[in-house]
Amino acid sequence: MSVLVNKNSKIIVQGFTGSEGTFHAGQMIEYGTQLVGGVTPGKGGSQHLGKPVFNTVAEAVQQTGADVSIIFVPPAFAADAIMEAADAGIKVIVAITEGIPVQDMIKAKEYLNGKNARLIGPNCPGVITPDEAKVGIMPGFVFKKGKIGIVSKSGTLTYEAADQVVKAGLGISTAIGIGGDPIIGTTTLEAVKLLMNDPDTEGIVMIGEIGGNLEAEAARWIKSNGTKPVVGFIAGKTAPAGRRMGHAGAIIGGADDTAVAKMKIMRECGIEVVESPAVIGTTMAEVLKGRA
Amino acid sequence: MNIHEYQAKDILKKYGVAVQEGILAHTPEEAVAAAKKMQELTGTSWWVVKAQVHAGGRGKGGGIKLAKSLDDVARISGEILGMTLVTPQTGAEGKFVRKVMIAQDVYEPGPEEIKEFYVSILLNRQTGRNTVMYTTEGGMDIETVAHNTPEKIFNEEIDPRVGLQAFQARKIAYNLGLTGEANKGMVKFINALYKAYEGIDASMFEINPVLKTSQGKIMAVDAKVNLDENGLYRHPEIYALRDTDEEDPTEVEAGAHNLNYVKLDGNIGCMVNGAGLAMATMDIIKLAGGDPANFLDVGGTADAARVEEAFRIILRDPNVKAILVNIFGGIVRCDRVAQGIVDAYKNIGEIKVPIIVRLQGTNAKEAKQIIDDSGLLVKSAILLQEAADKVKEVLA
Repeated sequence: MSVLVNKNSKIIVQGFTGSEGTFHAGQMIEYGTQLVGGVTPGKGGSQHLGKPVFNTVAEAVQQTGADVSIIFVPPAFAADAIMEAADAGIKVIVAITEGIPVQDMIKAKEYLNGKNARLIGPNCPGVITPDEAKVGIMPGFVFKKGKIGIVSKSGTLTYEAADQVVKAGLGISTAIGIGGDPIIGTTTLEAVKLLMNDPDTEGIVMIGEIGGNLEAEAARWIKSNGTKPVVGFIAGKTAPAGRRMGHAGAIIGGADDTAVAKMKIMRECGIEVVESPAVIGTTMAEVLKGRA
Repeated sequence: MNIHEYQAKDILKKYGVAVQEGILAHTPEEAVAAAKKMQELTGTSWWVVKAQVHAGGRGKGGGIKLAKSLDDVARISGEILGMTLVTPQTGAEGKFVRKVMIAQDVYEPGPEEIKEFYVSILLNRQTGRNTVMYTTEGGMDIETVAHNTPEKIFNEEIDPRVGLQAFQARKIAYNLGLTGEANKGMVKFINALYKAYEGIDASMFEINPVLKTSQGKIMAVDAKVNLDENGLYRHPEIYALRDTDEEDPTEVEAGAHNLNYVKLDGNIGCMVNGAGLAMATMDIIKLAGGDPANFLDVGGTADAARVEEAFRIILRDPNVKAILVNIFGGIVRCDRVAQGIVDAYKNIGEIKVPIIVRLQGTNAKEAKQIIDDSGLLVKSAILLQEAADKVKEVLA
């Protein structure tokens, strides 16, 4: 099974012919992802990387049957691109774009309410189901197929966790980068739920960072509903309050969104929390062994 | 991005928000002239001298004082200008005061009781909507109110499809206990404030206090405005208000090179690609017995020039005893980063502190070879745990 994307997903790229879109679409095709085309307004009817280009997402969906879209369009137009994808009936929208204005995302998120579309991101590395589909910018070779699902706010820290999980002999079912912005389409909790319900996932790595309460919300759900072991890590124990650490959402606003506070809640909810990001993989292996 | 009180008030006024008026001054002479002008314009007979720095709690640090005569204005501005203002928000090092606002005194007694309220507008991350947060307990820390009397804090959430509605502004005014002209004034105040918040792509407005004067007028006495940096491209006139004097000079320089740098107090510098991994690396340093000297995200395209600039910035901090470079190469090839490190090392000249380089991902083995063969004072690692152990060795 796996979640969100698989070998049958038909994927289009919004912002297909731009430099980012071109580079990453090429990498996705090389990985073996079923990329069926792309959208760049004004370039419809042409071919790019051997795939058809369309003027609108609606047309792309009509012609290719696409159900997944990945967005590389610049920040000023990205919220519009998200809404266009949802309007055209795309089921999974992966927004890679970094730097979308918050007021734009408030409107886009509201627009998605009641639509049959799931947004991942923005400002995220994307989603990968190893050996089936890479819908993102992550280095595909790090993610070997296996039974561990990963949910993470951060890009390179996701790669780090995946690498450790693979080196511990486990491998990845699906890795979901949810993004580090204040407004994101899919929360930690929603991503964890998907993986809990996935028969191919046996354990979950949940990686968060300072700011917000997404991890606490997910932890509380896991406490009552979790059926699989979860290993957790929160980055930013050493980050000072009130200073933004890179991601727009990574700022300590109150006593509840520090790394220490989140880790405490996660532990109380039965999550195996690691203090060191260097032992995520080995801890997952030990936890699974303990269960066997 | 943050802006000063006087800049925030200028913006609010443009949107029709009533504010305590004031004039900016850089010297005591300018301050006296400003005070005279304020008297002409508003009829005020006393003045408030307000330090203009990017920090809250200015009053507590002695940065806001009442002047009852022009002599007072000269003397007090002389004291405040050039002082290093320490407030609960500045940290012990404080903020150097370069300018003051000479504001009208709005607390003159009169027919009605004077009241202070608190109003802020911000994003509720849980709902993904803007919300107006307000309380009758103005003039004090909102954190204190939230802790002691949480029941006195109200929230009015804004539906993004229709924006702030008239009934919501009325509800706020009634919940604040206002009647008559003051009630109408508050409705107008809230409407204008919300328009300004959306209009400039703000990420937070905090008006504390919002004052009801003895004449029943509603106005913003202070204004804290934070802007959404992602929205600044739409507002070049607001971006122009950026005051780099208020920022750490090294952080400003790092930003000019597209490096995301935050100075911290520790002894181990670090250079990492990606914000989450950078924070995780800081945590690893702490676990290894050190303290992170900085947060530094070199971004997704860590080329040789950027790596070199990052080294220069980290090395400027005299507390740095060692540097940990942690790069997870995805699209970026580790061997190129390694070559960048070797080149930077040679270009900078003598680097006296040990450097631990951990390169993982694409071409990690080749990268380690380049580092090991360079003959430099560099310890290389591939696993994150190895890097942590090497930090421990350096500190031992």
